[in-house]
Amino acid sequence: MADLHTLRRKTVNLVMLTITGFCTLFAAGTLVFILSYLFVHGASSLTWDFFTKLPTPVGEAGGGMANAIVGSAKLLLLASLVGVPIGFLGGVYLAEYGGTTFSFVVRYVTDLLNGVPSIVIGIFAYTIIVLSQKHFSTLAGGLGLGVMMIPIAVRSTEEFLRAVPNSLREGAMALGASKSRAVLSVVIPAAKNGIMTGVMLNLARVAGETAPLLFTSFGNRYWSPGWEQPTSALPVMIFTYAISPYEDWHKQAWSAGFVLLTLVLTVNIIARAVLARTKHVAR
Amino acid sequence: MAASSTTVTSAGPVRPARSYWERLRGGDEIAYLITFIAAAAILLITALLVYELYINSSVARSKFGWDFLVTSTWDPVNDQFGALPFIYGTLVSSALALLIGIPLGVGAAIFLAELAPPRVSDALTFLIELLAAVPSVIYGLLGIFVLIPILRQVEPALRSVLGWTPFFSGPFYGVSLFSAGVVLAVMIIPFIISISREVILAVPGDQREAALALGATRWETTWDVVVPYAKKGIMGSIFLALARSLGETMAVTMVIGNDPKIKASLFAPGYSIAAVIANEFTEATGQLYTSALIELGLVLFALTIVINGVARLLVMGADKYKA
Amino acid sequence: MNAAKPLSNKACKLSVADLNFYYGTFQALSHISMGIFENQVTACIGPSGCGKSTFLRTLNRMNETVRNSRVEGQILLDDVNILEQEVAYVRRRVGMVFQRSNPFPKSIFDNVAYGPRINGTVSNRSGLREKVEQSLRRAALWDEVKDKLNQSAYGLSGGQQQRLCIARALAVDPEVLLLDEPCSALDPIATAKIEDLIFQLKSSCTIVIVTHNMQQAARVADYTGFFLLGRLIEFDSTTVIFKNPAKQETEDYVTGRFG
Repeated sequence: MADLHTLRRKTVNLVMLTITGFCTLFAAGTLVFILSYLFVHGASSLTWDFFTKLPTPVGEAGGGMANAIVGSAKLLLLASLVGVPIGFLGGVYLAEYGGTTFSFVVRYVTDLLNGVPSIVIGIFAYTIIVLSQKHFSTLAGGLGLGVMMIPIAVRSTEEFLRAVPNSLREGAMALGASKSRAVLSVVIPAAKNGIMTGVMLNLARVAGETAPLLFTSFGNRYWSPGWEQPTSALPVMIFTYAISPYEDWHKQAWSAGFVLLTLVLTVNIIARAVLARTKHVAR
Repeated sequence: MAASSTTVTSAGPVRPARSYWERLRGGDEIAYLITFIAAAAILLITALLVYELYINSSVARSKFGWDFLVTSTWDPVNDQFGALPFIYGTLVSSALALLIGIPLGVGAAIFLAELAPPRVSDALTFLIELLAAVPSVIYGLLGIFVLIPILRQVEPALRSVLGWTPFFSGPFYGVSLFSAGVVLAVMIIPFIISISREVILAVPGDQREAALALGATRWETTWDVVVPYAKKGIMGSIFLALARSLGETMAVTMVIGNDPKIKASLFAPGYSIAAVIANEFTEATGQLYTSALIELGLVLFALTIVINGVARLLVMGADKYKA
Repeated sequence: MNAAKPLSNKACKLSVADLNFYYGTFQALSHISMGIFENQVTACIGPSGCGKSTFLRTLNRMNETVRNSRVEGQILLDDVNILEQEVAYVRRRVGMVFQRSNPFPKSIFDNVAYGPRINGTVSNRSGLREKVEQSLRRAALWDEVKDKLNQSAYGLSGGQQQRLCIARALAVDPEVLLLDEPCSALDPIATAKIEDLIFQLKSSCTIVIVTHNMQQAARVADYTGFFLLGRLIEFDSTTVIFKNPAKQETEDYVTGRFG
C-alpha cells in the first residue's frame, strides 16, 4: 500500500543513501587518486641517482637526494631519543599512578601540546637552540620533532597500558611482585605490540613534517656530519623543489614525494594490521 | 581433662617499617620517580614553550600593543607589522575548508556508520583514515601541480554562476585563498569522517530500534534520531578539524599565493599566519621583524588552544551523554 | 502439530503459520503456528533463550535489522501476509515497546509526536497536539507531564519513561501492540501501573507481551503461549496453561521445576 507520502519517504531514503555514498566515494577516491598520481609521476622519474647522489648546483640537471634521506634519518633518530623516553615514561606514569590532580593536569597539558601547530613547535626549537647557538643545526630540528612526538607517545602508551586488564597486575602482585616489578615484567610486555606500533606510527608522522624544520635544521646541499650543522631533510626538499621554477627539480620533488608517501603509508598499514591482530587476540 | 588447646600465636615478629632508602632500593620508588620526572618534564616543556613565545615576541608586542591584531599593513622594509592580513587569510581559508568539508565529511561519516554494509564500511574507513597520514607537503605538491590546474578549468564556470558576488571577482592566477580552502578541505575531511563515524557508531542501538519500530525509514532513523544524538561529538570533530586547518602550514603556503593583503575575492592570493612564518622567518632581518613573526606564532598558538579546548569539551560531552 | 485450536469466537488479528526463523545457519524458531486474538492480551512465556523475544520481533519485522537472518512461513495481519507488505506500513500498524525505555533525546512532546510526524498521519499543529494528549492519556501519563511537555524526556523516572515509550507507540494508532518484557527494568509500583494500563488498552488494541515473570502473565494475559528451544510447546487460555496444562514441559515450567 504505497501512497504518495510513503513513496516520497522511500525516495528520500534512496536519494540520501546515494548522496552520502558519493561523499564517501569522493573521500576514499581521493586517497586512491593521490597514490596513483604520485606513483605515475614519482615512480617514473625515480632513478638510482636519487638515493645515492647529492643535489647538483642550482640550475643544473641531475643529482639526487642522498643527503636528504640521511638527514631525515638522523633527525628521526634524534627525535625518538627525545620523544620516546619522555612520552613512554609519561604514559606509564599516567596509566599506573594516575588519578591524582597532578596526573589530570599532565593529561590536560599533553593534549594541549598535541594541539600546538607544528610551525609553532619550530619556533620553540628555534628560540631554545638556534638562537643560543647562532646557527641552524640537526640538533634543533631533532628537538623540534621530538617535542612533537611526546604527546602522541604519551597518549598511545597510556591507552595501551590501560587496556591491559587489572587482573594481570593483581595476579603478579599477589605472587609477591612489587608494583614496579609487576608493571615492568607483566603489564608492559602485555602491551608491547600496541606500544611498538604506536612508536612506529609516531615516527611515520614526524617523518613527513616540514614546518618545524624550516628554521631549525634549515637545509643543506651537502652532507651534514655530526649534529651541529644544518641538514637536508626529505620533506623540506620536496617543498623547496616544488616551489622552484625548474622543471628538473619538479620531477625530483615527485620522486621524493613518492618515496616519502610510500614509506609513511607502508608503516601505517603494517602498524594497523599488527594492531588489528593484537585486538583480535586479546579477545 | 586437657582441653584441646589451640595455641594462640601472636602475629609474628613485627617488622619495622622500611625506611625510605630501603624502599628506594626496592625499585618501586625509583620507578615512580622516573615516570614522575618524565610527566613533570612534559609540563616544563610546555611551560617553556609558552614562555619562549611570550618573551621572544616582546619587542613586537611592546611596540605595537593590541593594535598588532587589527593593523593590516605588513611592510618589513618600513618596520610596519600588522597581523590582520594573516588572521583574515587563516580564518577565511579555514572557513571555506569547513564549508566544503562539513557536508562531505559528515555525509560520508553517516554513510559509513549507518547505511553501508559493515565490511564495505570497514574497508573504506581504513582507506580514509590513511589519508590522515599523508604529509602536508604532499598535499601541497598535489595542490600546486594538480589542484590548481583543475581549479583553473573550473574557474570560468564558478565565475559565471557566482561572479556577481564580491567573493568570486577579480583575476585568478591559480594561487589564491580559494585554492587554499579547497586543499584544506581535502585535508580535514578524513578527520571529520573518522571522529564523526565513531561518535555515530556509539549511539545506543535501542534508539535506532525505537525509531524503526515506529515505521521510520533508514534515513529518517539516521537523520531524525541518531545524528541528533551524536550532535555534540560531530560538532567536536568539526572543531578539531578547524583547529588543524588553522595551523596547517605547508600545503597552504604552497597554494595560497603569499600576498599579505586583504581582498574580498577568494580568487585573490592571500596569506595565512602559518604560511608567513614559514616563508619569512629565515629572511627576517632585525629583531623587530623576527619578534613580529614570533608574535604571530603566539596568536596562532592562542587561537588553536581555544578551538581545541572547545572541541575536547564537545567530544567528551558526547561520550557522557547517556539517558 | 502446534496448530491453534479454535479457542475463541473472536477474530484472529494476527495469525502465524509454520514460522521458521534463522540467524545465519542457526534456527531460532521452528514451525511456530499460533493465532493472536483481537482485543485480547496474549503472553509469550518460557525460559531465557527459548525464542519468545525473537518471535515477538518477527511480528513487526524488527528481526530484519539483524544481518543474515531469514524468515520462512506466513504472518497474516487481518489475512494479509505482512512479509509481503511495505515494512514501514506494517510497523505503523504493529507497534513495539522495548525492554528498556529508549526515549529520544527530544522533548516529551516531540517524542510522542515523532511517529505521527514521519508517518504523515497528522499534518497540522493542533491535530498533533490533540494526538499527543490523547496518546499520553491512553498511557496514563498525561496528568504527570501535561505542564512539562517541552522538557526533555530524560527528566522522567524509569517508569514514566517507559509509559512515555508506550504513549509514543500508541500515537500512530497501532492495531497491535507488542511489549517485550516492558517491566523488567521497573520497580513493583511502576510495574503495577503498566499492568493496569495493559488491561485498559486491550479494548482498543490487540496486545502481545513477552514476559519472563509467570505471575505477570497470569495476571494480565487472556491467552498464553509457552516457548521452549525455539518451539511453541503449548498455546491456550491462561487459566488452562497455568492450572491444567496439556504438556509435561509446560507443567514443569509453570510449576517452577526449571527456568
